[in-house]
Amino acid sequence: MLRDPNIYSRRRPGAFDWSTAVIAAVVGAAAATVYFRDGSARFLAILDSDLFLFGDMLPKVLAGCLIGTFVTLLLPREIVVRWVGSESGFSGLLIATVAGFVLPGGPVTIYPIAVALLAVGADAGAAVAFITSWTLIGYTRALVWELPFFGPDFVLWRILVAIPLPILAGVLARLALRAFAARGRGKP
Amino acid sequence: MTLAINLMLWGILAALAVVAATRGRIVLQQGVREGAVDFLRLLPRIGLGVLGSGFIAEMLPRELIGPWLGPESGVTGIVIATLGGALTPGGPVVGFSIGAAALKSGAGAPQVIAYSTAWALYAVHRLLLWEVPLMPARIVWLRAAVSLPLPFIAAAGAMLLGKP
Repeated sequence: MLRDPNIYSRRRPGAFDWSTAVIAAVVGAAAATVYFRDGSARFLAILDSDLFLFGDMLPKVLAGCLIGTFVTLLLPREIVVRWVGSESGFSGLLIATVAGFVLPGGPVTIYPIAVALLAVGADAGAAVAFITSWTLIGYTRALVWELPFFGPDFVLWRILVAIPLPILAGVLARLALRAFAARGRGKP
Repeated sequence: MTLAINLMLWGILAALAVVAATRGRIVLQQGVREGAVDFLRLLPRIGLGVLGSGFIAEMLPRELIGPWLGPESGVTGIVIATLGGALTPGGPVVGFSIGAAALKSGAGAPQVIAYSTAWALYAVHRLLLWEVPLMPARIVWLRAAVSLPLPFIAAAGAMLLGKP
């Protein structure tokens, strides 16, 4: 299986893209406004806390990227297709949702792994369910970020409300794809 | 807690590396090399997002959030909260601190749930900064489109279940 490199080819970001340029411009404007409006002390305080957060994230991001590549290299294509492929039905969405809940990491580790799943044969509905599950009910995100801000009662309650949402998103994604495909076939 | 997450991530990675090593040294080397390249390409984007989030948050009109999103604001408040979540830039600290501040300054719980759900699912800056560079664009827009009703469903669920 490893002899076919195309199976594992993934789209990689280029050195420059417009979204990054737009964000850079907004960030530059916001930073300049803070500096001139609130003074250099406030500017440095914000920069300091952001740098700390950045440093804290780096090992997690590196681990996420490496897990993503290894998952792509090691996960047998047939298993992914059977578990979460387009023929996997409702149980495929369920498996993708559980995977999103169980796998650790934050928003920056999520996308490489989702792309890896797509590259080895997961269908878009399962990928959508996986990302939605990781975003809304992933426990590491709730423990690291949400709990300190909101407290256990609110977080538990919010997660309870969110449990059906990843499966719903996956079902909607599959319906949308099917509608697109049907419209495509209808054209001459 | 952040240490526990790191240990768990690197533990999973170590297990994957061991499996890769049993398949041969080339598989292991390829995994490490490609993962490292992905990381280096991501680095400037993440740096920009994280360093920028603090400055952008400083620009937000926090004093307006309470009155517009109170428990009495009902469906209008949920719509505003959903829009606000979609338009809130910045990392987890920004979104969660605004949500928590809103809750403390009188926003209703369903509104805050709609806000944090919308922000988590389709904050515009995150779609542009992280998701589009990393994923096929088709999947990104499909996911964002099917996520549109989810904050409203979450808020409705929160109203039905009642306050914790």
